[in-house]
Amino acid sequence: MTIAVTKVRVEDKLYQNRYLVDSGRPHIIVRPHDKPSANLLALTYVCPAKCYELNDKGQVEITADGCMECGTCRILCEKGGDIEWNYPRGGFGVLFKFG
Amino acid sequence: MIEQFDAIVVGAGMSGNAAAYTLASQGLKVLQLERGEYPGSKNVQGAIMYANMLEKIIPDFRDDAPLERHLVEQRLWVLDDTSHTGIHYRSDDFNEAKPNRYTIIRAQFDKWFSRKVREAGATVLCETTATELVRDGNGKVIGVRTDRAGGVVFANVVVLAEGVSGLLGTRAGLREMPKPETVALAVKEMHFLPEEVIGQRFGVKGDEGCVIEAVGTISRSMAGLGFLYTNKESISLGIGCLVSDFAATMESPSALLDAMKNHPSIRPLIAGSEVKEYAAHLIPEGGYKAIPQLFGDGWVIVGDAAQLNNAIHREGSNLAMTSGRVAAEAIIKVKSRNGPMTKANLALYKTMLDDSFVIKDLKKYKDMPALLHTNSSNFFDSYPRLMSHAAQNFMRVDGTPKIEKEKNTTAAFINARSRWGLVSDAVRLALAWR
Repeated sequence: MTIAVTKVRVEDKLYQNRYLVDSGRPHIIVRPHDKPSANLLALTYVCPAKCYELNDKGQVEITADGCMECGTCRILCEKGGDIEWNYPRGGFGVLFKFG
Repeated sequence: MIEQFDAIVVGAGMSGNAAAYTLASQGLKVLQLERGEYPGSKNVQGAIMYANMLEKIIPDFRDDAPLERHLVEQRLWVLDDTSHTGIHYRSDDFNEAKPNRYTIIRAQFDKWFSRKVREAGATVLCETTATELVRDGNGKVIGVRTDRAGGVVFANVVVLAEGVSGLLGTRAGLREMPKPETVALAVKEMHFLPEEVIGQRFGVKGDEGCVIEAVGTISRSMAGLGFLYTNKESISLGIGCLVSDFAATMESPSALLDAMKNHPSIRPLIAGSEVKEYAAHLIPEGGYKAIPQLFGDGWVIVGDAAQLNNAIHREGSNLAMTSGRVAAEAIIKVKSRNGPMTKANLALYKTMLDDSFVIKDLKKYKDMPALLHTNSSNFFDSYPRLMSHAAQNFMRVDGTPKIEKEKNTTAAFINARSRWGLVSDAVRLALAWR
């Protein structure tokens, strides 16, 4: 039996999921900053949906469309004021088929 | 006219449904709010469901609840990079008329549970995010603001079943936000395979199921646990580690999951599967010491929002269901003697919960989270490697006298941890387990 488990990009994993994106109303906002805090920087690795990325100025940006609403970024960064965190409006966001 | 409810339940997960069902079936006027499109659409769990705790709420749930497999076998694996050392427990006793544990798929199970809640008479409002608690001049919680137009609803008591990352309780200062070291981030994939293939690979037939839980180098020195749960036609496969450890190591959760899938002990079990969902969720891991104030004027907190999760035994939804039911029973008792929903009267919930397995179990392991948090590289890396080396040294027949093999194994343990370190780890583990 041949066994192949290929490496899957996070983006491709998220394609399997169902989302209802609330266009133009992101539920998480990164506050403007010059240099990201250690926790905010960590999110570029730790966010399981890879919503956080560094831009070419070394600042962290978020694209919340693929967010699975786990809350990890809130736990790490809300208190320090790095991000503003809310749940999406009712009905929007990730819709787990299996959960 | 303003509609007034006896109780508003925020959230339609295990604890919220248990509370709403219990309250409504006793004739209380209940409103339940759920932000998802349907109950379950925001909920993630492994998932194993324990029958006893649901039986106490819906005794005949087996008649129509969507259950996947009942569990007859459990394996605990300690992994290093290429091997696993394991304990298996399998018993035909688990093939009983009313099985003890089942695997479930939460989106389906929660839809079923929510239907029961509606049938019991509660009003369930989906696609509605609760944004704020509403209080009167004395600070008593009297309702909930929602994101619907003009969306304030009022009740005598609000049951906060909003999950570990719920906004209401933390924003109102009723509970602290979980700390990175008291929550785990788990990621999970649903791997679909034909029913017979799962049966063959895990050695089960019909509705029998098998669970594999794995600790070791798959969590890369972080405090974590991997799992494979067999459903009827799928395997729930995931791994969770403390958020504080993720932040410190900057490991990618999805890469961690992929590496676990590639482990030589795990890869053959999921070979050829079709992945249909990738999910992430926080799990409260703070244990007894992280439980917030559970009640106040006009409110109670249940389930994950109250940190009611037994990380050591991987029991969460049964504590959630039980706390939801107990909170509802306390509310019903207060109402039946025409008492107002004050802090003093709702203290009954805590008294009743203290008397249940929920608090007793969490109290037993109160020192465990701190031990695992501060000692993760030993328990999740050094020891798994040592165990594997010891086992392989023992199994491999190569002409080395046994006495030398034993000396090698002992020396490896002492080199890695020192005599004092080994004794102190053993003592600390024993004390925390007590």
